[in-house]
Parts: sequence; structure tokens; C-alpha cells
Amino acid sequence: MAELVTLTIDGAQVQAEKGALLIDVCKARGIEIPAFCYYEGLALQAACRMCLVEVEKMPKLQPGCTLPVAEGMVVKTDTPVIHEARKSMLEFLLANHPLDCPVCDKGGECELQDMTFRYGLGESRFLENKHHVDEQQWSPVVFFDRPRCILCYRCVRICDEGVGVDALGVVQRGVVSAIAPSHGDHLECDECGMCIDICPVGALTSGMYRYKTRPWEMNHVGTICTHCSNGCKTTLGVRGGQVIRANNRDHSGINGEFLCVKGRFGWDFVNSTERAQSPMLRTNGRLEPVSWSRALMTVARKLNEVKQRGGRVGFIASNHTSNEENYYLQKLARQGLRSNNIDHHRTGDVVTLIDALAGRTDALATVADLYAAKASLVIASDLAQQQPLLHFQLRANWRHHRSRTYVVTPGPVRERKFAVKSLHAEPGRELDAVESLRDDLSKEPELVILFGDAIQGDAVRRLVAFGDSLGIPVKYVCLLDYSNSRGAIDMGLAPGLLPGYRPVAEAGLEPGMTIAEMLADASLDVLWVVGANPLRNARLAAENAFVVVNEMFLAETAQRADVIFPAASAYEKEGTVTNVCGEVQSLKKALKVMGAKTDLEIFGLVAAEMGIDLGPFQPGAVFEEIRREVRGYNVSLPVIATGGAAQSVPLNGRVPALTRAELIQSARDTLFTSGTLGRYSKNLTSVLEHPGKLYASGIETP
Amino acid sequence: MKILYNEPSPLETRVLSRRFGLENSERLDTYLATGGFEAFRKALEIGPDQIISEVKTSALRGRGGAGFPTGMKWSFVPRNHPKPRYIIVNADESEPGTCKDRLLMEYDPYQLLEGMLIAGIAVDSRKGYIYVRGEYRYLITHLERVVEEAYSRGYLGKNVAGTGFEFDVYLHSGAGAYECGEETALLDSLEGKRGIPRMKPPFPAVSGAWQSPTLLNNVETFSAVPHIILNGGQWFAGLGTPKNGGTRLVCISGHVNKPGVYELPLGYPMLKAIYEVAGGIPGGRKLKAVIPGGSSCPVLRAAECDLAMDYDSLAKAGSMLGSGGMVVMDETTDMVRAALRIMAFYQHESCGWCIPCREGTAWLRKMLARLDAGIGTPADIDLVGELSKNMLGRTFCALGDAAAMPTISIVEKFRDEFEAKLQSYAAAGLVQVG
Ligand SMILES: Cc1cc2nc3c(=O)[nH]c(=O)nc-3n(C[C@H](O)[C@H](O)[C@H](O)COP(=O)(O)O)c2cc1C
Ligand code: SF4
Ligand code: SF4
Ligand code: SF4
Ligand code: FES
Repeated sequence: MAELVTLTIDGAQVQAEKGALLIDVCKARGIEIPAFCYYEGLALQAACRMCLVEVEKMPKLQPGCTLPVAEGMVVKTDTPVIHEARKSMLEFLLANHPLDCPVCDKGGECELQDMTFRYGLGESRFLENKHHVDEQQWSPVVFFDRPRCILCYRCVRICDEGVGVDALGVVQRGVVSAIAPSHGDHLECDECGMCIDICPVGALTSGMYRYKTRPWEMNHVGTICTHCSNGCKTTLGVRGGQVIRANNRDHSGINGEFLCVKGRFGWDFVNSTERAQSPMLRTNGRLEPVSWSRALMTVARKLNEVKQRGGRVGFIASNHTSNEENYYLQKLARQGLRSNNIDHHRTGDVVTLIDALAGRTDALATVADLYAAKASLVIASDLAQQQPLLHFQLRANWRHHRSRTYVVTPGPVRERKFAVKSLHAEPGRELDAVESLRDDLSKEPELVILFGDAIQGDAVRRLVAFGDSLGIPVKYVCLLDYSNSRGAIDMGLAPGLLPGYRPVAEAGLEPGMTIAEMLADASLDVLWVVGANPLRNARLAAENAFVVVNEMFLAETAQRADVIFPAASAYEKEGTVTNVCGEVQSLKKALKVMGAKTDLEIFGLVAAEMGIDLGPFQPGAVFEEIRREVRGYNVSLPVIATGGAAQSVPLNGRVPALTRAELIQSARDTLFTSGTLGRYSKNLTSVLEHPGKLYASGIETP
Repeated sequence: MKILYNEPSPLETRVLSRRFGLENSERLDTYLATGGFEAFRKALEIGPDQIISEVKTSALRGRGGAGFPTGMKWSFVPRNHPKPRYIIVNADESEPGTCKDRLLMEYDPYQLLEGMLIAGIAVDSRKGYIYVRGEYRYLITHLERVVEEAYSRGYLGKNVAGTGFEFDVYLHSGAGAYECGEETALLDSLEGKRGIPRMKPPFPAVSGAWQSPTLLNNVETFSAVPHIILNGGQWFAGLGTPKNGGTRLVCISGHVNKPGVYELPLGYPMLKAIYEVAGGIPGGRKLKAVIPGGSSCPVLRAAECDLAMDYDSLAKAGSMLGSGGMVVMDETTDMVRAALRIMAFYQHESCGWCIPCREGTAWLRKMLARLDAGIGTPADIDLVGELSKNMLGRTFCALGDAAAMPTISIVEKFRDEFEAKLQSYAAAGLVQVG
């Protein structure tokens, strides 16, 4: 317990931790000290001078954002002098600031506007000419309007300290000081938009959002990002059936303010003109639009027919569909069609990890653990590229707590900047390198190990044995690719596993075919592909197989389909998803795209059409069933309902060994790609097509 | 005889400037022939505690502007610290009106080096930096030669003067920013960063250059140290007035017959300095105002100038002794123009880190330019004063205060001149703005 001191704030006795910053102590007591440059978690600046307070025995006003509280301190935050100081600080700020809020992109959610409203003068006494600089575009994503900038340096700090990219700095001095990209006139960076998000004013704006709407004209829907496995919370701004932006508006959830370029900008596939918006049926060799009832009936009849004659049906499921959809799909396959031919593109060997951790309940790390753990070990993954939030967490942990990170990777990764030890390891030799860290690691009080797809099968068991031998508490994260990769395996979208990692034998079934086996099975009668694109780089051996596809886009697999069901994206549905750390979070429906149905509806309607009863297909009802039936998913409803993340706790052990590890492979998406979704996001492809240099306008930078 | 920038005055008390004018005064041999390095040897003998106590007794106060008691500052540097300690000389001399450090470095650089060495003994440091104002290009070349000579003759390096004491000195050039004279901005600049000030605490004495304990003083402050060690703190203190030890190099410029740098004991009468040391005002014109210690000090009206030049007397008169740059202004001086000139300097030099200084100086410069042209209303004159007061004491570093203080004083003391300009503009039939 830290030492407490007693001080007086505005006449009231207050106890606080010694050395805590006055601004935080006040905030905790509901006293607002206005601030621009102070930003929790980032380096202190004391630059904006908005937070000045009176402290007894100190002749000058003191910045509350840097003042550590001390015993006996007497502070006043609400005196005429302070009111006057705030007023004058705003007056200085507004001197060169354009007073054109009605046409500023930030209007309505601008901190400068709010502060002026609360503390400022009613009129401007500045009659001189304002200093003007033209607006600049630094990347497809980032625009900068210098006159609006109040030089709070938040953008510089979030990029350097938070993201670890250090793409922004300050140039010039005095009244012409300006924020500038470190590459002169353009950015070569992560394009994460964190700088835009943190900017209190309209100086940094987003190329995808600017001048499209007023903030109050949008519906703000808090849901979960549908790209990578990290599961960031995001708030979609929706207007007129269109997603206009994404940011984690209230900074809640596992990611706080964080979103990467995909989460922040990769939402426009939703309103892509290439979206499938009508069911399609192959007639005379060509895909023709048909009604939903016709498409559903066709598929149901086909399935019933194949079922009756004991034909072969296979399901290739998705890394993006909700837990409810996954659960319902495997029910359809197993109960409806007595088929275990169900699989999905597996991107990491969670199965073996769960088995190796038999009997333990506290061995899987959460996203929060990555920020709190004293030490971590990253094996064979480029977190900054593939697991952006996990990287952000590790980095923040190092920044705030000096946590110790060890890295074992085949190439250079960004964590090396702060790692205490970084080892190079050729693919296949990772565990040797890990072994060489034994002495260091066993001296750590605790450890989180994150490992990529290079560690699978027996290597996972050896890694866990290594962890056990260190004699310290160790937690694990098996890295995965996509938004519900974890939920897919948890829900039993695997030929040998029922939901909750139960062997299929428990249900009296034989293990079914894997993806590769299904594709290679020349006698397959029906293949149903849900939100996946296996035919992008594989061939379907069964030339006569009837192919059903649930898809948003008519990509390679859909081109081979006999029936296409236009599917809703994660942003158009309710349900839950499970992130890489096993944390369950809820999706909120942000909009409806004409013509599309959720996969759950599609499965439910097909089942009904087939005349089989798989229970109601409402997300809430299915989730209730999951909570009852799936081991480890009896998570807290209130936590999830209020936008929180509840970690599922798979009861481990007795997982069948046949995990066919050779079928596990990450898609190696980069920070800027996201499988098929990414291909249909113009925002993301624009970033890829315009790498930094293009924005050098030909003007030499000073 | 060496040609000096100005003729010395017989009224001076020449301690730090006693070698000025000697043939080859900047050479080691001259220095050694005139008592050089005796203080250093004595310092080694008496040791850190005694050195610091002598400096304390001497009542030497920082000559860079703030006038902080030097001995006290030295005692704040933790000597048994795991990190190295650094000695840093602030030779950024950029305060308008101040031009003494350059003479000390040009005419008697070994005196400065010896001061650094003694400081090195006092805080157990092995490394010193001289941060030289960027515009003093010629001095860098000059100092490079001196340092080279010192090394080659064994007065710097592993075995200073054969005593076994080790000390290295590095030169670092500024890039033309006044703000880099502020001690913490200087440290950032020295470390290769953009020159903006740091938050205090921690003070440089505890965590300065490369986050190590750092002793940072002005050139003149260090240059006084050999004399204090050699002749005793008591002796040095006795040259000045209580709590204001020693002499100062006063830079007298402006409307005087003999502008120049003169070494005068603390507590010297200001009027005597103007009329006798500096030869009075040309053409027998009347004194109007004096900036006593560099452009950041509040101006004194002629009637306020009958005082002793020491830190406390000036504080009592509402101004400061500052960095020793005394600017004399006679009755012909346009005070509005003076205010504009001063503000133009601070606006140009504001580092831009904090809002009130960055925006305040720019706003005030524009307003003063307008008022100087006679365009405006009496309310604008009030606004100049008010904006300056809104900056005062609220900026990140003292540059904001430096811009505000002279302006406030000029508006208060010479308001009639602002009004006269407005009136003559109106009388000329020109339309008023505002
Ligand atoms: C804006 C600003 C500029 C300064 N410029 C100088 C300078 O050029 N030279 C100097 O010695 N001190 C300068 N100072 C004072 C230094 O911050 C510091 O107080 C001084 O160098 C300490 O040395 P001293 O105690 O020997 O005076 C400046 C201070 C401020 C706020
Ligand atoms: S978009 Fe992200 S990486 Fe690029 S400058 Fe902004 S914060 Fe830095
Ligand atoms: S661009 Fe925005 S965040 Fe960056 S310094 Fe300016 S106001 Fe602050
Ligand atoms: S007062 Fe502020 S803007 Fe001015 S020089 Fe100091 S830190 Fe920079
Ligand atoms: S919030 Fe304290 S100075 Fe900006």
C-alpha cells in the first residue's frame, strides 16, 4: 500500500497517494481541472497551462498536471484568479485559431470548443491577422490543418510512446512551431489514426471521415472489430445505413483508446458496392439472383436428399462468424446431418495448448495480463504486424511498469526496441532459443508466453513443459489470426472436437474430414462454405459436388457455388465473439445491409426448411445454450451485456491428440491486410497502394 | 598592447578582467605567469567541502540572470551518485544588452577552465561542456585552440597539471536560439534534441545532462571561482555588499559616451556607472530610462535610478540585476518603439512550447507594431498591459516573464507616449482601427 497524504482541496480534506498528480486526485473527487496537454499514460508536458491552480505558499499558479500531492498541501481550484487564468489561456489559444467551428470537422466533439464554452470569454479581443498555413495531406488517412493545432503534443506522444512508430515531431519554434511528419511532408507509418483520435481539436482529421457528417448525426454503436483476433472494442458511427467511421469512442473495453488501421478504417467493406445482396442460384451454368425462399428451399431439399441416401456433406466454417452461428452450424452438421465433416482454417494450435494445460484454470492470459505481467516472452510472431493490440499492451506495460520482454523471432520485430533480450531463431529452432533463455526467465517472478503458428503439436507440449520447469507462474497466449478464430475452435468447428473441446467420440461419432480432406474427396456430395475462401488457392476435387456458400463477396469460392446466401457481416448482427485470449465479448448490430441475412438466420431457416428442430435461432437463446452446454462458457452475462470482456475458462484435458497440427497455418496477414475483408475495403487498399513516398509532393523538405 | 573592445575605466575593480589587455592574455603561458592554476592546486588540497564552503562564504550569486547563490547550488549536487557528474558552462549569452561572457572567453579562457576544474573537484566530476552561443562562431574556433593547447600542455585530460586529477572539456555550439540559454533547454540541446525547456523539478543539480547530476553555471560565475579559492570567500564577499559578493562585469550600452564592459563591485551606484564610468550621455541630453540587467528586466525611470546595483536594491526598486546588461536610454528614446523592439525579440525567440508565451508574444508584437504606428485605441494600450500580465508567472519557463516584465513596466511608466502616438495618428486625419 502506497503512503497516503492528507491535503486540502477547495476546503475539503482529501486523502491521496503520496506523489499522485493533483489533476488525477481532483478528477477522482469529481473536481475537473481543465487540461489539453495532460493525457493519462503519456509523458507529462506542462505546456498548455490550462490546469493552473493556486497552491498555498507557492507564489505562482502551479500546473495541476505535474504537481505531485504532498502532505499538508492546500490547493484551490476554483478562485477568481484561476477562472481568469483559464479564460486568458483560452484567449491566447484562440488568437491564431480559426473561429469557424460551423465548418470545422471536429465541431461538436472538440475539446477546445467545450473548454471555451465552459471557461472561455464570450468574445475575441484579437484583432490582428491570424497566422495561416494551408492544410496538408500526409497520407490517405491523415490530414493536418496547422492553424487548428493547439500544440498539445498528444499526437507526437501517442505515436512515439504508444504506438512505437515515432512518425511525428515538432518543427520550427515559437508561433510557427508545427507538428510535422518525420519524413518531411508525408507519413510512412502504421496509419493507425491514433494521432487523429487523440487530437483534441480539428487539426488532425481522417481522410475516411472528414466532412462527411456531424458527430451528432450518427448513431454510435459499440461493438467488436471484425478483423484480427485481438477483439478490440470499437464504436461504429452509422448514418443513413452507412458506416462512416470507427473509434473506440468511450475508451472502454480491453483496448481503451487503441485501434489499429484495420479497426479504425477497415469498415468500408460493409457498404462496398460489391456486396452480395441477393441469393443466387446456378441455373444453366450461370449464377442468377433468386428469392430467399427459393434459395433456402433448394439447399434444404438437396441436404435432405443427400442425407436420405447417406451421401457425404462437408462444412468449411469461418474465422469471423459469431459463437452462436458457429455453435448452431455444428449442430446442423452433427445433429441435423450426422456429419463430422466440419472444419475451419486453423491459424494456431489452441487445441494442443488446452490439452497440455490439463486441469489448470489460470494458465491462459487475458489482454489485461499483457499490460500487468512482470515479464513476457514472444515466440515466432511479429506482434506489431499481426497482433496490434497485444503489441500495444506489451509496449504500454514496458512504458508504465518497465515490464521485461523477451523475443524469439526469425526476423526483426518492433518489440526488439524495448525487449531485454531478443534472439534470432530459424523456423523450427525456436524452442532451442527459448531454452537458452532459461536462466533469465526462471529469475522472473511471472511470465506470459505468446506463441505463433510455428509452435504446434508436440512443440506446444514441450513449450508448456518448459514453462512448468521454470518454477514460476506462467500464462499462455496461442496467437490466432481472425476476429473469432478462437470462437471457431471453442465451438467445435473441427472434425474431431465438439464444442468445449470434447472429443466427438463422446457423442458417439467418428472424427470427420478436415478441410484438405474435404477438398480432396472426389465423392463429396455437398460442400457448404461459410464465410471462407478455400478455393482461392485450392481445387475442389469433387467436380459434381453441390456447393453452398454464405458470403459477402463473390470471391473465388463463391464463383464455384451452386447457391450463394448473401451474408451479413459482424457489424450487422448480434451475438458474441471470443478473442485470442479467450475473452468473450458481444457484437451489437450497427446497421442492416439490404438483402443480407446473418449466418445464424440462414442456418436456422435451412434447418426449419429441412424439417429438423435445432432450437430457436435467436442469438440470445443460442448464447444461453452455449453457456449451459459448452465447457468454460458459463461467463458472466452482465459483464458481456455492458460491453465488457469475460474470459472463457475451458476445463482442460482429455482433448484428443489427433489435432493434425500440420493443417495449422497463419495467413500471415500484415497490419494492412485482412483476408477477403481487407480486399474489399477501399480504405485499407488505398493505404497499401499509397505507401508513404507517394505523398511526397515533389517539394524538397527543409 | 592588445586592442580591447573598450577602454577600461580607472573606476573599475578588476578581478575577473585583470588579465584583459595583457599581451597574449588568452595563452596558457600568460595565464601561468599571472597566478594561473594556483587556485586549482589549492582546491585539490582543501577538497570539496572546503571549496563549497568558500564559495558559499563568498556570497557569489549566479551571473546568468537569476542570481541564485552559487555555493548553495553546488551543495545540491550529490557527489556519491552512481551516475557521472557533469560541469556545464552556460555560454549562450543571448540576452540583449549582455556581452560580457564573450570577453571572458576571448581574453581569459583559462580562468574559465580553471573555474570548471575547481567545480569538477567540488562535485567529483570528470567531464565538462562549454555550450557556446551559436552566433559566437569565432569563439568556438578560438576556444578549440585553447582547449587543444590545454590538452597538449597537460592542463586537461588524464593528469591535469601533473596532479593526477582527470578532467575533459568539450565544446558544443548552439544553433541560434536564445531559449537554449535557459538551463534545461540548454541540456536538451546539448543532448541533441530540440531546445525546449524541461520540467523542474528535478533540477539539473540532481538530474541534468543525460539524467545525471549536473552543475551548470554562467561563464562569469565559473570565472569568479579561482579568485574565491585563491583569496578566500571572505575577501570576495567583502568586495560587494552583504549577500551580494564580488564584482560584476557590467555591460553598459545605449546612450552613453563610452559604452563597454566594466567590472564594478556589486552595490556600485547606478548613476555613477552611467555618468562616470561610461562617460555620461552624449550631447548632455537627459536620462529617460534604464534597463538595468538585460532586456528582460523591468525598465527604471530616470528618477528611479539613484540606487546601488546589487540584487536586493534592484528587487526593491521593482526590477532586477539580471545578466548585467545595462541599457541606457536618453530623452530622445521612443519608448513605444523600445517596447516593440523588445517584444519582437522575445516573439522571435519564444520556443513555442507553451501557449501563453507562444501566442502571447506573437499577439503582443502585432499589437505593439500597430500602436507604434499610432493605430489603435486607448483600450489597446490597456490590452497590451493585460495580456502581458496574463503571461506573467504562467508560462513554462522564464522567457514568458522576460517578455512580459519590460512590457508591463513600459506601458505603466510611459503610457503617455502610447497615447501621444495615437493622438498624432488621429490628428493626421487617418482613420483609427479597433
Ligand atoms: C530564456 C532564458 C534564457 C537564458 N539565457 C541565459 C544565457 O544566455 N546565459 C546564462 O548564463 N544564463 C541564461 N539563463 C539563465 C539560466 O537558466 C541559468 O539560470 C543560469 O545559466 C545558471 O547559471 P548561474 O547560476 O551561474 O547564473 C537564461 C534563462 C532563461 C529563462
Ligand atoms: S497514424 Fe498512427 S503511426 Fe501514423 S502518425 Fe498517426 S499515430 Fe503515428
Ligand atoms: S495536431 Fe492535434 S494532437 Fe497534435 S499537437 Fe496539434 S492539437 Fe495536439
Ligand atoms: S515560456 Fe513557454 S514558449 Fe516561451 S520559451 Fe518558455 S517554454 Fe517556450
Ligand atoms: S494540462 Fe497541465 S499544462 Fe497542459
